[in-house]
Amino acid sequence: MAPSTEIQIIAVLISTACALPGAFLVLRRMSMMSDAITHTILLGIVLAFFVTGDLSSPLLIAGAAVIGVLTVWLTELLRRSRLVAEDAAIGTVFPLLFSIAIILISRYAGSAHLDTDSVLLGELAFAPFHRLTVFGVDIGARGIYVGAALLLLNVVVIVLFFKEFKVSTFDPVLAAILGISPTIVYYGLMTLVSVTAVGAFESVGSVLVVAFMIAPPATAYLLTDDLKKLLWISAGIGAATGLVGYRLASLWDVSIAGMMALTAGVIFFLAFALAPHRGLISGSLMRRRRRRDFAAYTLILHLYTHGDGTFSEAELAEQLRWTPSQIDRVCHSLIKAGSLTTLDGRYVLTDAGALRCNELTKTLFTPAAPTESPSHG
Amino acid sequence: MLNTLLTDYTFQTVALGAALLGLVSGVLGSFAVLRRQSLLGDGVSHAALPGVVAAFLMTGSKNTETLLAGALATGLLGTLLITAITRRSRVKFDSALAIVMSVFFGGGLVLLTLSQRIPNANQAGLNRFIYGQASALLQRDVVLMVLCGVVLLSVILLFWKEFKLLCFDPQYATTLGRSTGFWSLLLSFLTVLAIIIGLQTVGVVLMSAMLITPAVAARLWCRQLWSMVTLSAVFGAVSGVIGTAASSLISQLPTGPTIVICVSAIALVSLFIAPGRGILARALNRSRGRARLVMERRGGHGPID
Repeated sequence: MAPSTEIQIIAVLISTACALPGAFLVLRRMSMMSDAITHTILLGIVLAFFVTGDLSSPLLIAGAAVIGVLTVWLTELLRRSRLVAEDAAIGTVFPLLFSIAIILISRYAGSAHLDTDSVLLGELAFAPFHRLTVFGVDIGARGIYVGAALLLLNVVVIVLFFKEFKVSTFDPVLAAILGISPTIVYYGLMTLVSVTAVGAFESVGSVLVVAFMIAPPATAYLLTDDLKKLLWISAGIGAATGLVGYRLASLWDVSIAGMMALTAGVIFFLAFALAPHRGLISGSLMRRRRRRDFAAYTLILHLYTHGDGTFSEAELAEQLRWTPSQIDRVCHSLIKAGSLTTLDGRYVLTDAGALRCNELTKTLFTPAAPTESPSHG
Repeated sequence: MLNTLLTDYTFQTVALGAALLGLVSGVLGSFAVLRRQSLLGDGVSHAALPGVVAAFLMTGSKNTETLLAGALATGLLGTLLITAITRRSRVKFDSALAIVMSVFFGGGLVLLTLSQRIPNANQAGLNRFIYGQASALLQRDVVLMVLCGVVLLSVILLFWKEFKLLCFDPQYATTLGRSTGFWSLLLSFLTVLAIIIGLQTVGVVLMSAMLITPAVAARLWCRQLWSMVTLSAVFGAVSGVIGTAASSLISQLPTGPTIVICVSAIALVSLFIAPGRGILARALNRSRGRARLVMERRGGHGPID
């Protein structure tokens, strides 16, 4: 397999695998826990390295996962004491563990090929150099197998425990009543996040794992209300991030992981601006429409309820405290809608307009309770 | 040994810088912790990386002032984006923060690979912003820190009442006709400035600890804002000096992480021994209450069972 194909496969596998557990972090409002875990796994790797003395030992992954869960546990402990708020608890625990890791590295692991650079930043371009050999036969880049294993693990766990994850995410109390321990699900999810982070940091670096875990699910969160759809969209965006990021990086010859994170960010901001119903543009359009409707209602109801129903522009400006241009604009749209006409330079309601006001007063000012809610006698 | 250290010029510079950093971040951190925005510091310090590299790419200089101006620009941009995302969409603060910091950091890495292609431009000077390199602090860096620190602290003192109100009762502030949006943004900007001047001393990752941990420790001892801010500043400054001293006395002990360990130790000790709210005080209180209950049951009503 060509190295570029291998890199693309790894990129897609890793970013898809990260997006799945990330969806639950986003829904539980715990996105920053991924940041904490991705930093502290460095300590786990260092400690496991001191035990085994081998950088490719699987024990490193186990050590890192244990420290990841320990981070979560310590944060919980601090928060449970009610002396520290949750965000401050996260921000107190992870820098401490990370500092210990850096000190250990600079004091005792200076000669080993264990540097903070490769952990924090990662380099996907070197991934094809790490080969996996079975009985002396080269069966492909190690990263492909790591990525595939991570994706498989995440898919299997989420499919098997979908109900548990769903209930305990949205309604922990109901979960407890149903006999699902929210604590077990919580730590299960955090273990999944830790293992995924450990597997991924080798290729993309720990800081950028956060981008792949959080950006795709947050994008999907802007597009759907359904958990299953959210997971599918997250995975799809994750895969697209890997592919597009790689292409752009090789086009401009820059850091692959960095470009992937940037792509994930661009996709998020596109959704943020353009998403139907929840995007920036549709939101501001809706607000504008509501503002316009409100102005139109105010004006025709004013005509309908006050005086003889004819007003000059100056009178309206004084009574409603609007600027003349505002009144012009609202009246113009009302005339186009057939609710208003002008007579001798004064504004008059048409019959259609009066009818509309009549309906409006009914819908706006009649208490809706008896008709809308079913009565129970 | 300590004597020679105290008269050492480099040590004096670095220790002064670290103490200043601890002081300023202790003050600003108190407000961040009280407003439940502790992790904003983490986000902003990561978001500063592309600014540092972009400033270098555009000007070609490695002047601290130039690079920090770039960091300030993208740090502020990141803060504004986080605010815009949380205000204008259903995405929550934590996700917005995580996205902005990691995407900006990714952008920074992309720019770093671009800068490597410029001939004669090694990135040694840029890397110190990721990990921090306190020992590389120069006298002019410290002068810059003093200037920024004085500006920051005087703005805080000037608008003390507004910031206090913002921390404890933003709704009341709104009813008084104060624009909470403006004060909140101003406070965030001040925090960004404090983070930026700390970057080259402790680096991107550990800067958040300098903001949060002294404030968390001080919160345990105090019930008033001014005493909390003062104590937090003292904790920060003391850790800065102790950390610098420890890392100069012991070989291969990096300054930034040592400072963080110092301040974390202060927080841990406070967690246990703080009067009234600490773990020991609470345990003592509980056992006293239990003893009193037993006494009352025996004395007042006789055995109930």
